Amino acid sequence: MLETYLRRQREKKEILLMTHIVVGYPSFEASFEIVKAMVAAGVDLMELQIPFSEPIADGPVILRANQEVLARGARVRQALAFAERATAAFDIPFLFMTYCNIVYKYGVAEFAAEMSRIGMAGAIVPDLPPEEGTTYLAAMQTHQLAPIFIFSPTTGQERMRMLAGHGRGFIYCVARKGVTGQQTTFSEALEDYLARCRQATDLPLALGFGVKDRSDIDFLRGKADIAVIGTETIRLVDEHGVGAVEGFIRGLQP
Amino acid sequence: MHKRGYYAEFGGAFLPEILNATFDELEAVFEAAKADPDFWPAYQDVMATYSCRATPLTFAANLTRHFGGARIYVKREDLNHTGAHKANNVMGQGLLVKRMGKTRVIAETGAGQHGVATATMAARFGFECTIYMGEVDVERQRPNVFWMERLGATVVPVRNGTRILKDAINEAFRDWVGNMDTTHYVLGTACGPHPFPEMVTYFQSIIGREARRQILEREGRLPKRVYACVGGGSNAMGLFSGFLDDPVELVGVEAGGKGLASGRHAARLCSADASVGVAQGYRTFFLQDSDGQMRETHSISAGLDYVGVSPILANFKQSGRARFEAATDAEVLEALSLTMRREGLIPALESAHAFAQAFKEAPDMTPEDIVIINQSGRGDKDIFTIAEAFEDPAWREFIKHKAEQYDA
Ligand SMILES: Cc1ncc(COP(=O)(O)O)c(C=O)c1O
Repeated sequence: MLETYLRRQREKKEILLMTHIVVGYPSFEASFEIVKAMVAAGVDLMELQIPFSEPIADGPVILRANQEVLARGARVRQALAFAERATAAFDIPFLFMTYCNIVYKYGVAEFAAEMSRIGMAGAIVPDLPPEEGTTYLAAMQTHQLAPIFIFSPTTGQERMRMLAGHGRGFIYCVARKGVTGQQTTFSEALEDYLARCRQATDLPLALGFGVKDRSDIDFLRGKADIAVIGTETIRLVDEHGVGAVEGFIRGLQP
Repeated sequence: MHKRGYYAEFGGAFLPEILNATFDELEAVFEAAKADPDFWPAYQDVMATYSCRATPLTFAANLTRHFGGARIYVKREDLNHTGAHKANNVMGQGLLVKRMGKTRVIAETGAGQHGVATATMAARFGFECTIYMGEVDVERQRPNVFWMERLGATVVPVRNGTRILKDAINEAFRDWVGNMDTTHYVLGTACGPHPFPEMVTYFQSIIGREARRQILEREGRLPKRVYACVGGGSNAMGLFSGFLDDPVELVGVEAGGKGLASGRHAARLCSADASVGVAQGYRTFFLQDSDGQMRETHSISAGLDYVGVSPILANFKQSGRARFEAATDAEVLEALSLTMRREGLIPALESAHAFAQAFKEAPDMTPEDIVIINQSGRGDKDIFTIAEAFEDPAWREFIKHKAEQYDA
């Protein structure tokens, strides 16, 4: 189970690292190299984003990656095959990150069954709140997969508790208002927000959106359980190529 | 669990968590406004003194004679301030923005009509205003871009995706999740997450309420059919709202583009290319592939060129309460031409879809039958597209000459 794994890892490390890739970007082969480099650099778990044509919660960098992969004709089943290859090759938990329509069109029950078959740990679907996700929650439950829910700075205490009640594995705390890939200020307000998240749930807390260097992660130590690196690696690959990934991730570790 | 804003299986609110509180606030303000007995009269007063309401219901005597069938009436939404029904929705939402105490509005626009209407409302109410518009639409609707900017709005051309309306909607949502404390997203049609479909329909229902009263005054009986074009579905929902409980056939007309068989169209309710999906925060029929990726759409009219459609209309389609048809670009141009020549009316390309379908059906009806066509907007904004489609030689000379003047 994801939660058990995370708790065990936390006994070894003060803060865990989760990374994100857009599957197929800049190519399927390069994606696989990126995953390999990230695992080698000691990443604890990873999000594999299945591209969608309308990624409304993503900022320009991830949006463009989604669109480039789709423009080359990539299909959902290729992303699933990629994930199957990754789970077979590497011994860390993998999560899907995608949008509701991808899961819905595949068939919610079928998608969960496939995730289970290929050894995925869970999924993050930002446009699927628990209110709309009854079928999804049931399917995830059937296969003991973790539906990851999101807290945001605008989420009230009562709602946080409701979301946590439906979530498994951990809670993804969005650091600020806005989409992915913008500047976040690592400040007292963020600290207060994380304390508020902590009060609402016993699940491990991941903090993402705008985490990009060692000092951000140092700031989060003791306040969150998992630091999430998203946009920054895509930017790095765009600017310096796949070869730059491993060194960058190693540099984030204590 | 409590499910909000469903019309049978369509609708809902598939929102990123960050927007949840914003939607709660919006829903609360909208519910309070609806429950306030002074709100609708105040809204009507704004529309009467600022936007030429009630808009007339015009009897099209010449078209009626031409087709020799049903008596044809035209509901004149083109006479609204800024030239389209979009004004109804925008002024209504503007009143809600005031109630919420926000200071900035954002909007998406396809044809540009909703953008111009929003920029106008922002100028009138003193809000800051940013309009997102697909790059392709910026190209084909330049006159409206010009007006938005003159009205004080910032127009942001969207270069993502298919670079048309749906991509502008995504960008507006991205802006909103960062700025919801000060900003309201004035969604332009009866789509998107709850409460937008209901809220936009509520404001647009002013069209149908008036049309029903007017036809009863004029003819003493109800129409047999009413016709409206369907982009997102706001003008259609507006007109249909007046006749929901009557034995009146509701006909929605989608963009048939180059023909349904060509794949180059925007027909979500009457083509086999569409299927049920969830995107942009709600569940409806989308033009999408088998993976759930949204497809490119095509229409000669930017305002009908959208991948989704109102969940309320999707429900009407499934329940049979409304009938949906498509008119091709070519049929639309022909209907537009005829309407101009016979009646001196210049409908927008969007509205001309409704005319085209009504013209197909009018000859088979009898003079006992009445039909109402919703002229959702006026065609002035389409002058470049229409002149090009008709290959007007004098217009081409004029444009050439203008260009030379600028180069000189
Ligand atoms: C004149 C006019 N009619 C119709 C539409 C289509 O929108 P709806 O279906 O929401 O009425 C538009 C959209 O921009 C428009 O400008």
